[in-house]
Amino acid sequence: MFLQHLLNGITIGGSYALIALGYTLVYGVLKLINFAHGEIYMIGAYLGFILISLLPAMPPFLQGSLPLFLLVVFGIAAMICSLYGFYLEKICYRPLRGAPKLTPLISALGASIFLQNFVMISMGAKDRIFPQTIGMRAISLGGVSFTPLQLTIIFSSIALMALLYWFINRTRLGTAIRATSTDPFMAALVGINVDTVISVTFMAGSFLAACAGVMIGLYYGSINFTLGYLGGIKAFTAAVLGGIGNVPGAMVGGFLLGIIEALGAGYFSSEYKDVYAFFILIAVLVFRPAGLLGKRSDERA
Amino acid sequence: MTAPDILTTEALSVTFGGVRALAGVSLAVREREILSIIGPNGAGKTTLFNAVTGTCPPTSGRVRLHGRDITAKTPDEVARLGVARSFQNLKPFAEMTLLENVLIGREIHMTSGMAAAILRLPLFREDEARQKRRARELLAFVGLEQRRDHLARNLTYGERKMLEIARALALEPSVLLLDEPVAGMNPTETGFVMELVKNIREQGITVVIIEHDMKMVMGISDRIYVLDHGELIAEGLPHEVRANRAVIEAYLGGGHAPAH
Amino acid sequence: MNARNLRHDLFFYLGILLICVPFLKIHTLYVLPVFLGAWGLRRFADFAGENRLMVTLRERTVNSVLAHRRVTVGLILAVALLIPLGASDYLIEVFTSVILYAILATALNITVGLTGVLVLGFIGFYAVGAYTTGILTAKFALCGFWIALPLSGLAAMLCGILLGIPALRLRGDYLAVVTLGFGEIIRIFLTNLNGLTGGPNGILGIKRPSFGLFTLDHPRDFYWFALAVLSLVILIVARLVDSRYGRAWIAIRENEMAAGALGINVFRKHLLSFSLSAFFGGIAGSLFAVKQGFISPDSFTFYESVLILCMVVLGGIGNVAGSVTGALLLIAAPEFLREFSLYRMLVFGAVMIAFMVFRPSGLLGSRVIAQEIKDRADDGP
Repeated sequence: MFLQHLLNGITIGGSYALIALGYTLVYGVLKLINFAHGEIYMIGAYLGFILISLLPAMPPFLQGSLPLFLLVVFGIAAMICSLYGFYLEKICYRPLRGAPKLTPLISALGASIFLQNFVMISMGAKDRIFPQTIGMRAISLGGVSFTPLQLTIIFSSIALMALLYWFINRTRLGTAIRATSTDPFMAALVGINVDTVISVTFMAGSFLAACAGVMIGLYYGSINFTLGYLGGIKAFTAAVLGGIGNVPGAMVGGFLLGIIEALGAGYFSSEYKDVYAFFILIAVLVFRPAGLLGKRSDERA
Repeated sequence: MTAPDILTTEALSVTFGGVRALAGVSLAVREREILSIIGPNGAGKTTLFNAVTGTCPPTSGRVRLHGRDITAKTPDEVARLGVARSFQNLKPFAEMTLLENVLIGREIHMTSGMAAAILRLPLFREDEARQKRRARELLAFVGLEQRRDHLARNLTYGERKMLEIARALALEPSVLLLDEPVAGMNPTETGFVMELVKNIREQGITVVIIEHDMKMVMGISDRIYVLDHGELIAEGLPHEVRANRAVIEAYLGGGHAPAH
Repeated sequence: MNARNLRHDLFFYLGILLICVPFLKIHTLYVLPVFLGAWGLRRFADFAGENRLMVTLRERTVNSVLAHRRVTVGLILAVALLIPLGASDYLIEVFTSVILYAILATALNITVGLTGVLVLGFIGFYAVGAYTTGILTAKFALCGFWIALPLSGLAAMLCGILLGIPALRLRGDYLAVVTLGFGEIIRIFLTNLNGLTGGPNGILGIKRPSFGLFTLDHPRDFYWFALAVLSLVILIVARLVDSRYGRAWIAIRENEMAAGALGINVFRKHLLSFSLSAFFGGIAGSLFAVKQGFISPDSFTFYESVLILCMVVLGGIGNVAGSVTGALLLIAAPEFLREFSLYRMLVFGAVMIAFMVFRPSGLLGSRVIAQEIKDRADDGP
């Protein structure tokens, strides 16, 4: 049983980690929590739903090859969500740079409410059921049962994290993001366009969140417009757990939270499943605000 | 005959992630003197103020006020014990009036409680009136009485510095720490501040000043300490410090030369 | 018109359009008036901002309102007192809700507006207050309403202190998330602690309070009672704002470091404002319990927290009169625009963004603006 819970935890944890990366990246460059990030993830899930529902209308070569089709779905959902991220920053954060800290927090909250209700009005308040397309047949191995879908999710989340790691460590833009995180003033002095960097950061975070959204939609099979609220908080918990602003921390934190939740729901009580994240969040913030992998300095007021 | 020490530091050190901003500074401030602390940029002067007032707790060493250890105190406790300070980069409460700004400094002297404030008891009214009177006196002292009902954010740079001094004096401190009080001021304003500092000392308050303006430093200081790279390199009367070889080297090395 | 203005305009109308899009399906006819109205409002705002006569008029109004504060407050109170005489029971219930939300918004304004701390789970205090009254007066029938009312406030305050002691040492955005977590935890416990709270079904049969022989059964009587509580809360908050406490809170909001250097114990002042606002939140919750007669966890969702925050933002952060205005607009207006109820939260979200970007001081503005006008009058020839 333990291995089974562990595997389920890792599946969910992968998507928590992907969303958490968005919080951490934005926090790095802006020193702000992007409250609307969870909604981007929710929109990603809805885009995944819309695109997968369109499968019968797709050209034959896509209908024939499931992996290719999924790649297209992930790609399109991620692109559109990147645009959402871009506009989110432009409308809710950019005009308020340098304003008192309370102001962007409230505008981001407004954006979150707006997007949530926007989706509710346009897609309906009822749960949407994903068409069963792939990998629902469980395979059993040594007492642990899993679906091909689960494996796909785990591997793609790891692949996406590797992609992000490459992006921020090996590309020019990634280096600019790291430089801006360390010292925005110096970054501007050496000729980095901080505005561009911030936009790219929001887009990258949204890209990953969209992929996580599609994965979660496929995994649970049904989605709802309130998905982003709880998902957002859990991913934020994961980011804080690993130390906000810390990229590997967000990855570790995501998996850790997924595993804790799966074990907690499996061994204790599943009614309180959603409370674990809140308790972990409060406990970490109160006792170790820098997170597990963070430095213990500037995080306190 | 020298006055007794009021504020002393013993081997005070502050380390920021491997960088020693302050390396074992021991100094003594005597009662009712005007003491200046000078040194090139980055010498650790402001860090010294921060360490003394608890804004940036020292890594090691002691701070004593009237012989009492105040090292582990928080900034508000230090302020209540009688050490007031101004900041190098100004921190007025922009959206409050000048009078309210000074009244914040009077907070620790207020005696009326919450119930009195809600019920508007005579106790509260008298307390408010008394504190407002004192706040207006202080504004008059720094020459801002006329503008008491204006918002602090509409003040000029020089006026803000004056407001900070009035606000710090509102604590009725025994020691006043001024961080670059005349930086960016014209000679007339500088002259005004020099007179002001002398007046403050006349009221029995010990004044410690960080300043780059040598005219001011040499003009009003009783004694001078010189900091460089977080260490004390000289101490003495103004004319002694001006002639001190180590001081001249520190300034020349740092690209500065003391005026005069 | 320069490029920046043009861009602002573009954003503005794009925003309006975005809000209108979902309406297109059902109420195509409404979109045009909304658009024209927005255009007109903006032209009017530009005109009012530049035209000398309008500026003087505005300054005069602000000045005379400030000069005759007692008269203004008296007039508003008189209107509020007279409302139930001419209104239907249904309308009275609506206005009673407005009053409850006004209490909540005033309470939340103490932390958000005065000390500048964003609290996202404020509804948690409301819930604690409501359930304390429900449990004490109905579930176990331990005491009457008049004892339960202060106890509800105190229970919420205790939660505020217990939450505040660890949380208020955190950075602002962390604190916001922790309070959000608090609100959720409260709701989940209310749903699952069946023995105490009745679980998802909540608590039924909470009686309305009585004064000796009088019972406040009639909506009109209860309205007046709630109005009295609101007046008391506003009086207390306004007097605290205009005292050493309010000054210290605002100083902390403006600059925590400088406030500390002036001998203010920042943490204790934060905790004071936090627990005070929790206390009033609990009082409002207690009133809510007796007004409804039954309570369930559904009444205490995150949306409610957002709604209250939106009132504070709309009315003016840090402005007590603004909180009441915000409550009036956000509770009463949707009642009259029933068909738009689906779009309520959508519009609120957009309003929060728009106000932060275009007018962070809210509809009524903060006292800063009034002071600014006074400053200019002083400096003028």
